[in-house]
Amino acid sequence: MITAILRRAGAGVLVLWAAATAAYLALLAAPGSTVDAIIGDGADTPGIRAQITSEWHLDRPAVVQYLDFLWRAAHGDLGRSYLLQRPVSDVIGSQLLPTVKLAAAAAVFGVLLALVLALVARRLTSTFGLVLVSTPPFLIGIVLLSVFSFRLGWFPVSGDRGFAALVLPAITMGLPIAGTLAQVLRDGLDRALDEPFAVTARARGLRESAVLTRHALKHALLPAVTMLGWSFGVLIGGTVIIEQVFGRPGLGQVTVQAVNASDLPVVLAVVILAAAVFVVINTVTDLAYLLIDPRLRRS
Amino acid sequence: MTIALTRPRTVRLRSLRLARPGVVLAAMFLILALIAAAWPGLFAGDPLRADPLHVLEAPSGTHWFGTDQLGRDVFARVVHGARHSLSISVSATLIAVGSGILLGLLAGLSHKLADEALSRSFDALSAFPLVLLALLFIAIAGTGTTSLIVAIGLSLVPHFARVVRAQTFVVRRAAYVTHAVAFGAPRSRLVLRHVLPNVLGPIPVLAVIGLGEAILLAAGLSFLGMGPQPPSPEWGAMISEGRGYLHIAWWASVLPGLVVTATIISLTVAGRFFQRRFEGRELP
Repeated sequence: MITAILRRAGAGVLVLWAAATAAYLALLAAPGSTVDAIIGDGADTPGIRAQITSEWHLDRPAVVQYLDFLWRAAHGDLGRSYLLQRPVSDVIGSQLLPTVKLAAAAAVFGVLLALVLALVARRLTSTFGLVLVSTPPFLIGIVLLSVFSFRLGWFPVSGDRGFAALVLPAITMGLPIAGTLAQVLRDGLDRALDEPFAVTARARGLRESAVLTRHALKHALLPAVTMLGWSFGVLIGGTVIIEQVFGRPGLGQVTVQAVNASDLPVVLAVVILAAAVFVVINTVTDLAYLLIDPRLRRS
Repeated sequence: MTIALTRPRTVRLRSLRLARPGVVLAAMFLILALIAAAWPGLFAGDPLRADPLHVLEAPSGTHWFGTDQLGRDVFARVVHGARHSLSISVSATLIAVGSGILLGLLAGLSHKLADEALSRSFDALSAFPLVLLALLFIAIAGTGTTSLIVAIGLSLVPHFARVVRAQTFVVRRAAYVTHAVAFGAPRSRLVLRHVLPNVLGPIPVLAVIGLGEAILLAAGLSFLGMGPQPPSPEWGAMISEGRGYLHIAWWASVLPGLVVTATIISLTVAGRFFQRRFEGRELP
């Protein structure tokens, strides 16, 4: 058990190192020099260039810069934004909360809806899932916005003030998750209901709903846990677009702005942050698997 | 006594008839979309002609999808947009399939350590959000249609590389490959004649489903303003432009969005249909 944990943690560190290195290579590979990117539209004289070069330590050998970059990244210092001239960690830290709130609300809604769908409306799940997974999330958002905000006026049109502003974005992002998760859950339930223990439970005179919730659901949850890593991807990718649709502040907005301005340190920091969350979630999922299913511990 | 080697014809006919209205609808829609991309003029007029007297009009007999903020016919724009959106997604998918096959073969045929490193990175990258990968590329290379195509293509590569690697891994151990080695076939012939053709089996189906993902991603990215710039009628860009007039004219963004959705659903349905065919499973 302990070796399993250590091995997974080690693999996680390796992935992070790879992500950071890839990020560094991306910085090097970007067309145009770093100095040009920092100057942007500002004044451009040899004096300013020399000042930037020494200020950003661009005169040192690439290897030293790389090691320095790794060392600082390990301490949470991801450089300075070219565009905003502020430390990247500040920029991200100040915008983290709205995004986390949105992602958490969407995840809770998605999981609950998936459970309801898989348990109650099992016949509908596959069509529903197909439609939800194939619909661009921003279209769901736009339809919801058009009906509930503009037509009915139940929810605010944009911003992040109070719970009401969270409802529509969370539903928009939660729906695709619910679609896929419900399909996985339903497949698991169908498999579990074919097992001998389901027959036994029925033979004991349990109601179908009790067989479902008390016996089959546990087995169906296992493959659903694997989907956690995937739904994280949907959440991260989703925030970028959904925040734009609903005019919410957050990491997604920061990312889009940074991409448009070629503000690489910010983009790379977002990618590294996503990789870190990704590693943590996958490690936790793997370990949760070991905890939930005793059969896996033996092998 | 004869033994029937093929399934009786009646069964095949019945399964064809049962081929689901969904699959038929999907096929029809895809064919229409292809025709629209090839000859947009066949269905609709000028997508760029502005008409200041008929701005933001609701859908009607003359303007099936209504008009947008400049009085342009939304239906015409959607039809002409098929060419933009489909050519972006198809090119991106081709990039993804081509590089995926190359990288997958490389991983599957190389030694243990290199294979391990490559396939681990495919695994990690294919689980990573596509949007972020694509945005990372765009941040480095700048915005624009070419950059968008390459970005989408590159972010889909890991999916294909993974499958090709897994196939290669199986095929290189097959008896016919061992025999070819024993007969002294040169390495290039081994790869091109024996491994490659047998690795490609699942690729067409995956490419169809991948195309759906490419369309979804392309629409998302051009919704963010990373794609073709206005006034070119691209689906994601139209939805984004219409977003600003949602309070008075829902059709300008919702109807193009529905077309995107219908295309992706059709591709998924078609892909799944071929997949069942390919794996020899009966329709459930």
